[in-house]
Amino acid sequence: MNPILAQYGFLIVPIIKVILLVFIVLTADAYLTWLERKVIGHIQARWGPYRVGPHGLLQPLADGAKFILKEDPLPDGVDKKAYFFAPFLTLMLSLTSLAVIPFGPDVTILGYKTNFGIADINISLLALFAITALSVYGIALAGWGSNNKYSLLGGLRSSAQMISYELSMTLSVVGVLLMAGTLSLKEIVEMQNTGNLGFLGWNIIGFSKDGFGLTQIIGCLCFFISAIAETNRVPFDLPEAESELVAGYHTEYASMKFAMFFIGEYTAMITVSCLSTILFFGGWLSPFPASWTLTHYFPSIILVPLGLWVFFDGIRYETIFGRIVLPAVGGLLTLAGIGLFASHTVNEAIQGPFWFFVKVFAALFFYIWMRGTLPRFRYDQLMDFGWKVLLPVSIANVVLTSTYLLWRMHG
Amino acid sequence: MSAALLIFFVLAGLAVFGAVALILQSHPIHSALSLILVMLSLAGLYLLMGAEFVAAVQIIVYGGAVMVLFVFVIMLLNAGEEERTNFSKLATFAGVPLALALGGVIAAAIARSSGHLPAPAANGALTPTRELSKLLFSEFVYPFELTSFLILVAILGALVLAQRERN
Repeated sequence: MNPILAQYGFLIVPIIKVILLVFIVLTADAYLTWLERKVIGHIQARWGPYRVGPHGLLQPLADGAKFILKEDPLPDGVDKKAYFFAPFLTLMLSLTSLAVIPFGPDVTILGYKTNFGIADINISLLALFAITALSVYGIALAGWGSNNKYSLLGGLRSSAQMISYELSMTLSVVGVLLMAGTLSLKEIVEMQNTGNLGFLGWNIIGFSKDGFGLTQIIGCLCFFISAIAETNRVPFDLPEAESELVAGYHTEYASMKFAMFFIGEYTAMITVSCLSTILFFGGWLSPFPASWTLTHYFPSIILVPLGLWVFFDGIRYETIFGRIVLPAVGGLLTLAGIGLFASHTVNEAIQGPFWFFVKVFAALFFYIWMRGTLPRFRYDQLMDFGWKVLLPVSIANVVLTSTYLLWRMHG
Repeated sequence: MSAALLIFFVLAGLAVFGAVALILQSHPIHSALSLILVMLSLAGLYLLMGAEFVAAVQIIVYGGAVMVLFVFVIMLLNAGEEERTNFSKLATFAGVPLALALGGVIAAAIARSSGHLPAPAANGALTPTRELSKLLFSEFVYPFELTSFLILVAILGALVLAQRERN
C-alpha cells in the first residue's frame, strides 16, 4: 500500500468521500425534481418538463440558474437570526444524516480497506434519529421567523406533525433492532444476509438461516408512513399545503434560501429511502440466492440496453446537447455495461452498490407515485391517524417481535 | 493540551454561553434556542466521556422531543418579547447572595474532590450500548420500571387535566 495512504488515509479518505457524496447527492436531488415532475406529469396525462433539453433533461440546470439569479428580498419585521439560520440548519442536518448510511459492503481500493459510506459508527441508527429529531427546528424557525401568518401556521403544523410521528417512526424500527441485536446499520444489513434464501431473508419477509422467521412488514409500513410524515411529503404535506397556506413555512423565502429548503427536503427523501432499504429490504444484498451467480450480470443487462436507447434517442435531436452529449452518455453507459461483463473483479465490486441504488430508486419512485395518487390529509385525520393507529400498531409490533424472540429462545 | 481537553473546553464553553444567553435573551424563542445549544453541548460532553448511547439519547430526547415541545408551545402562544424589569428587592438581597453561595459551595466541593474523582474513559473507549441495556434491565430494573410508572402517571394526569372541561 502507498505509505502516504497508510499514514494519512484516515484523514484523506473521509474528505474525498464527503466531497464525492455531497456532489452526488446534490446532483441526485436536482434530477429527483426532474423525475418527480416527469412521473407526476405522466400520471396526470401530461408530458412534464420537455422544453429545456431533450426530455427536459436540462430543466434542473435551468432551475438552479434561476435560484441563483433571482432577487432575494428580506421581508419586513422578520426575526433576522431565525430567518437566516433556518435554511442553513435544514440543509446542514439533511446532508449530515446521510453520513451514517452504508451504501454497500466494505471496499478495498488501492489496498486501503474502508467502509462504503462516510462514518461507520456502532450506533448509526440512533445517530440518524438524533439528527432527524433536530431537523424540525429548521422548519419551525423558518415559520416563526418569517413574520407571516401562513408561515407560522406551517411551522406549527410541522412541529406538531413531527412530534406525533417521530414516536411511531422510532418505535416501528424497534422490531428490526430486536431481531438484529445491534444499532449499527451495517450489521443490520449483514444480519439479513442468509446466503441462499435471497430476498426471503430480508426483514420484510424475515426468514433467518434456520428457516424460522418473523416478518417485519408491519414495522415497515409504520416506518414508511411515519417517515413520509417526517419529510412533509404528500399525503402529509400539511406544513406546506399550497391550497391552504400559500407555501407554508417557506412562503417568505426566495432564491437560494428557498433552494436550501428544497434541497433539504429532497435529501431527506433520499435518506429515508436509504434507511428503509437498509432496515427492511436488505440494503445492498441481492434479492437472488447467492448461488445464482448468473444474476451478477444484472447491472450489464440493464446498462447496455439503457445506453443503447440513450444513444439512438440522442442522435435524433438537432440541438447540440441532444446530438452530442446524449449519444456520448449513452455510449459510455453501453461501454460500462460491456466492461462489467468483461471484468469479473469490478462486476463483483459493484454488485452491492448496484442493488442498493436499485432499491433506493424504487423507494423514491414510490414516494413520487404516492404524491401523484393521494390527496392530502385533513389536520385532525392526520393527528388521529398518528396517535390512534400508527402508535398502537407499532407498539403491537414490538410486543409481537419480543414474544417471538422469547419463544425462539425458550421454545 | 490534549485534543480531548481542547474539545472539552470548547463544548463546556458553548454550554455555559448557551446557559447565560438563555437568561439574557429577551425573546422566549431565542431563550429556547440557547437551551438547545446547552443540550447539544452536553451531548458532546457525554460523547467525550465515552457514553455514546447517552449522548444520542440526550439529543433525541432533550434536544429533539422536549425542546421541540417548548418551541411549539412558545410559537402556539405567540409569546412576544419579554420586558426587562428592574431587579426585585427579594432578588437583590436574597437571590444574588444565595446564588453566589451555592456556586461557591459547588466549586469548593469540586475543588476538594478533584484529586480522587474517577477519570473518564481516557482512551476514547465507548461504553457498549449492549452492556448499558443489560445493566438497565437487570441491576437497575426497579428504578427503571418505577420511572416508567412515574411517566405514565404524568401522562394520565395530563389527560385528566385536558379532559376536565368536557365533563
